[in-house]
Amino acid sequence: MTTESSGPGSASGGLDNAAYTQMRQSPEFERLRLAFRRFVFPMTVAFLIWYLLYVVLSAYARGFMGHKLFGEINVALVFGLLQFVSTFLIAWLYERYARGTLEPLASSVRDTRTGGGAGATAVKDLKKGETKTETKSETKSESEEDGA
Amino acid sequence: MSPQHLAAPVLAASDSEHRTISLVLFALFVALTLWITLWASRQNKTAADYYAGGRAFTPLQNGLAISGDYMSAASFLGIAGLFALSGYDGFLYSIGFLVAWLVALLLVAELLRNSGRFTMADVLAFRMQQRPVRAAAGISTIVVSIFYLLAQMVGAGALVGLLLDVDGESAKIWTIVAVGALMIFYVTVGGMKGTTWVQVVKAVMLMTGAVVMTVWVLSKYSFNLSDLLSDAADKSGKGDKFLQPGLKYGATTVWSKLDLLSLGLALVLGTAGLPHILIRFYTVPTSRAARTSVNWAIGIIGVFYLMTLVIGFGAAALVGGKAIAAQDKGGNTAAPQLAQELGGGAGSTGGAVFLAIIAAVAFATILAVVAGLTLASSSSFSHDLFANVFKRGKASERDEVVTARYAAVVIGAVAIVLSIFARGLNVAFLVALAFAIAASANLPTLLFSLFWKRFNTVGAVAGIYGGLVAAVGLVLLSPICWGGKTDTLPKGNVDALFSETTVAPIPLQNPGLISIPIGFLCAYLGTVLSKERTDEKFAELEVRSLTGTGAH
Repeated sequence: MTTESSGPGSASGGLDNAAYTQMRQSPEFERLRLAFRRFVFPMTVAFLIWYLLYVVLSAYARGFMGHKLFGEINVALVFGLLQFVSTFLIAWLYERYARGTLEPLASSVRDTRTGGGAGATAVKDLKKGETKTETKSETKSESEEDGA
Repeated sequence: MSPQHLAAPVLAASDSEHRTISLVLFALFVALTLWITLWASRQNKTAADYYAGGRAFTPLQNGLAISGDYMSAASFLGIAGLFALSGYDGFLYSIGFLVAWLVALLLVAELLRNSGRFTMADVLAFRMQQRPVRAAAGISTIVVSIFYLLAQMVGAGALVGLLLDVDGESAKIWTIVAVGALMIFYVTVGGMKGTTWVQVVKAVMLMTGAVVMTVWVLSKYSFNLSDLLSDAADKSGKGDKFLQPGLKYGATTVWSKLDLLSLGLALVLGTAGLPHILIRFYTVPTSRAARTSVNWAIGIIGVFYLMTLVIGFGAAALVGGKAIAAQDKGGNTAAPQLAQELGGGAGSTGGAVFLAIIAAVAFATILAVVAGLTLASSSSFSHDLFANVFKRGKASERDEVVTARYAAVVIGAVAIVLSIFARGLNVAFLVALAFAIAASANLPTLLFSLFWKRFNTVGAVAGIYGGLVAAVGLVLLSPICWGGKTDTLPKGNVDALFSETTVAPIPLQNPGLISIPIGFLCAYLGTVLSKERTDEKFAELEVRSLTGTGAH
């Protein structure tokens, strides 16, 4: 177990620094990073602006927020409930995107790898196989089987 | 005019009855969790078992445990009380708490799971010189956790007085000691595995209780939300204002509106920097499982906060703000009082039974949260400070786990003593402060570590200490400590920690608006002022965090 300790200097996970640098420069990895950032960064900016708009309107636009839409239901309540809806929606979209796009890309990066310690590689290959079959079955049925 | 003093008549009628039921139910919960802890202790063999529950939890289990760690007494009793007394403003709190999970989901959970092992510092120190960064991250972890712990334990003491109607200081002290002793037991004996199961049990209890109350309240209004709101607004005596933002937060001037923004910012950015939440991502086998467990948590926590809206407005409508404020001016007893009313009112058996159930759920909530906090801080002490700072990475895993157990005892004991001293103070602000520190000290360093190639040791250390000192310093200069009249507190603050009359230099009660930018700025400046580059280690971190290669 002592090999597991992430001390300074040496890279862990059965690979050395050069191998990681090489992996990072592979076109597969570039694709994965781009795909990750293209979803995550704009989405983060979007939900933060959407949330801050809600807080700012709550502080500075009380008349607007208090406007009644129907019955006792006013703009503030609907706006607040929409924050819940958008949060659930983004979580669902990201789950779909991660399974459909990011996970296959990540496994293609791991496939390009050649080096690595024998024992570690065997374990990793096993994991890799699992992920692959999972990804395939997932595209057919978008079920939350992990939860069961 | 202490809340306890006013409390007696309201809950007294059904006292002995509900107190007995409450104690029996709570004893059942404690017995169950003790049994779970002992069972878990037999399965704890390696360091990964102790720190990360063997990484063998399913996403649903971990999602429930995350929810259990997150839904503290502040969110159950506190937010329900906020709705009941200040109407709409409860929503500002709960929405911030929920949206914050998107930061954790998109930017942190999977990357942290892939690249770290046991603590937040594993990722912060990944590319850096180990000792200075781990020391800073360990200190920040312990400070955040202890502040959060104090708020929960002092709250527990006050709650026992209110719910079981046992007056006097000794009851409070004994409650704090008992809560502390139980949490030390869970953590030292059960480790992460035992603590996680305690969270799961608590989350299921809390959700069940909340669902029953919500459906019950709605059924009284034929499931018409508008009727409930209109009744709540009428009974509050504040009319339409009760259903609009602004009764409590940002009521008047420029500063009070900025204070509201400051609170919102700390809530939304703080969650992804809370150490006891971050270590939960290590308890599952893969990054996919980490992501799915956050999605479960978002679902559970989101539904829970929607229910607190109904419970809070239900309390305002059915119990009434006056009766709630008479019991506790902070509104913390709104949910239990609503339970009593739903069950048939004071003096009835049904009222006593339902009040007892909800009171037991509230205690379970507090107990589970403090256990999670103790685990996070003792893990960080052992894995970061002991193994990597003092022993320079040369400690054996056995020594680490033994140290973690001792650390849990010491931290627990410190928390008990501090809570006993602080029991008379108004410490509710400590939860918001913990979020502000997490957002100012931990989040900037975490994000820069994961995404900024140029980031280095000096930047990480400067970011953590800068954010930490800024957040704590601003609170020391705020109306929380100096109670004179300010724009945010036109009537002054009689609960001020230092002085009731001196005017605070900084009128903000929530430091986030200033301290979060300071945290990011310190991390940036520290980085560019240092020549160190960590490109190679960044390549490793980036590849590992995104692909899961070499994940523990």
